[in-house]
Amino acid sequence: MELGRGIALKTVVLVGPPNSGKTTLFNRLTGLRQKVANFPGVTVEQHTGLAPLPDGRAARIIDLPGIYSLSPRSEDEQVAYNVLTGAQEGTPKPEAVLLVLDSTNLARHLMLAAPILALGLPTLIILNMADDLRNRGGKLDLAALSAQLGAPVALINARGGEGLEQVFDFLAGAMDKPQFRELPILNDVPKCRQWAGGVGSKAAYLPPAPPKWTRRLDSVFLHPVAGPLIFILVVYQVFRAIFVVAAPLTDGVKYLFDLTGNWVATALPDTLLRSLLIKGVWQGVGSVVVFLPQVLMLFLFIGILEDSGYLARAALIADRTMAKVGLQGKSFIPLLSAYGCAVPAILATRTIENKRDRYATILIAPFMTCSARLPVYTLVIAAFIPARPLLGSFLDAQVMALIGLYVLGFLAAVVTARILKSSVLKSVRTPFLLEMPSYRWPTLQSLGLRLLDRATVFLRRAGTVILLVTVVLWVMEHLPYSNGRPPEIAGSLAGTIGRTIEPVIKPLGFNWKIGIGLLTSLAARETIVSTLGEIYGMDSESNKLELQNALRHDLTPGGAFALLVFFAFAMQCISTIAVVRRETGGWKWPALQFAYMGVLAYVGAFVTAHLIH
Amino acid sequence: MLQLSGNKVPLDAVVTCLVETGRVEFSLVDLRKGEAAVLDHIDLPFDEARRLMELGFLPGSRITAGLSAPGGDPRVFQVDGSEIALRRETAKLLKVKLLKPPRVP
Repeated sequence: MELGRGIALKTVVLVGPPNSGKTTLFNRLTGLRQKVANFPGVTVEQHTGLAPLPDGRAARIIDLPGIYSLSPRSEDEQVAYNVLTGAQEGTPKPEAVLLVLDSTNLARHLMLAAPILALGLPTLIILNMADDLRNRGGKLDLAALSAQLGAPVALINARGGEGLEQVFDFLAGAMDKPQFRELPILNDVPKCRQWAGGVGSKAAYLPPAPPKWTRRLDSVFLHPVAGPLIFILVVYQVFRAIFVVAAPLTDGVKYLFDLTGNWVATALPDTLLRSLLIKGVWQGVGSVVVFLPQVLMLFLFIGILEDSGYLARAALIADRTMAKVGLQGKSFIPLLSAYGCAVPAILATRTIENKRDRYATILIAPFMTCSARLPVYTLVIAAFIPARPLLGSFLDAQVMALIGLYVLGFLAAVVTARILKSSVLKSVRTPFLLEMPSYRWPTLQSLGLRLLDRATVFLRRAGTVILLVTVVLWVMEHLPYSNGRPPEIAGSLAGTIGRTIEPVIKPLGFNWKIGIGLLTSLAARETIVSTLGEIYGMDSESNKLELQNALRHDLTPGGAFALLVFFAFAMQCISTIAVVRRETGGWKWPALQFAYMGVLAYVGAFVTAHLIH
Repeated sequence: MLQLSGNKVPLDAVVTCLVETGRVEFSLVDLRKGEAAVLDHIDLPFDEARRLMELGFLPGSRITAGLSAPGGDPRVFQVDGSEIALRRETAKLLKVKLLKPPRVP
């Protein structure tokens, strides 16, 4: 996203409190010319974009996370302070600041103006939500405010695009430093608030009437009876979207991959390269891309809930239940989405500001029965549990088994959360606070950009790692050559490894063939199904019944249940490991998570294999 | 000071007097929906109270109790132009002066 060498880009930082519409402005200024990265060394996201200026140049805009002050109490505030003072590695020192405040909440938001102006950088004070201010009867004297603060002031409506030319003019213009004015002692919060109130009243600020619609909607959404019901309905819709609505899209993606895979297969001669491309690249990439519809659907819902303001109300209603496990209301949506796929669920934990609560949520998310476990569960259950009704003709044994596995995963998550939050991730006693923003209509632009952003991150990160692993596994399955021919799976490198680990997995009722399956499923759980098919010499898709028969020969019922329990607990997803590494900023947590879940899986499978002969 | 000589002093007068002299400590948890109070102080060290103060919970500010999750915990409070939800455990620490005498059961 370079503009071309030699053209000096002005670096401008966008800063403001949460819910001030800062991101909407950022999107308006930069549009598609934006990218996301992590600030090095921290897990705070950095959105950077290029804003085109009237004279053909561009300004580099860095969007900082929403902050209430510059006192470095949280990671967000520390990063913001570092970026503003040029102390953040990898980020150039900013030449100007765009401070975005909510014009309907001016008196309090002005508190942030004090530390920002004290930095001495050219600053434009942007008062956002001009439409709300107007509609609700608020007023202020812009010139007086500008004189008070010693810096230019612009009243805009970022959502509707009103007043943006003032921002572009500032960016293209001379950008003078703020004129010296009396500022309060920054660390003294009450004095700071007094100063802000004083500035407001000297600027003849008339606060707008309370938001009528927000109050009305809240009387429904937070109604003692209707509130929880609506919440359950919303949750149900999210669930449904992940499983039902995304299903045809998932099938569509799968179809596309099979189709293009066939083209490649027929276009190339039957060489090793073809096998690598089909088995390695297509299946490897395909197994990740196939999740994309679910990821997008999930983020679309989260985007709507978050941008509209409803998510805060949902977190409020869920809080009591989550608190019993040691988490908080904001963990609810990520944990729910983990039932589809843990990868986007872990990305969704960004809404949780408390780092320890966030990490706890990330660490238990893979216990939720994700959709990748279903093919494995289906195969083993179909092979080992007869479709017999239990308790009269109401409940089916197979369905009960599946539900049982869901419950098992849920219990593991809850217990792990309790353990984590009472020991390693015990929260410092910071008060739990949740701001309820006013309800707003989500804009198509912000939803669209968010989806694009998440899709790119998902595909790039998960895709590169899983592609690498699938190729490595393919290589292991096709070496060593004997007499110029590829080995049978039993004699391949993968097979040798399976045999080597057999003594370790024998107590669980598994043999070396299952062992190879466990190895390949490390990349992605459902891979074991196609691997087993290969091992037993048949296509897993078309010969379902025969594969089930083959399994029954090689596994005892005890071993089968042990396998189910193993899959319920083990961390078998390279994509998840990659995302956890990214979100926690290192290998420590994913390694711990992998080890913990691995031990739990082994012990669980061991106990199961011995309980059921 | 109160005169308790012989005459029966009405209960709500006693309570009103206590409230006005600030002798009885009330906190945000004592507010029902729609009731308002003025923040007196926060029972937390400065560092931990900082985020609350930045959001508008400053001594002297008027706080109105709003809607809540089922069961009353957490509850939304209107303060300084925003709506902030607090858990009961936090609301207990925000000591207030009530703006009308509490209901006498």
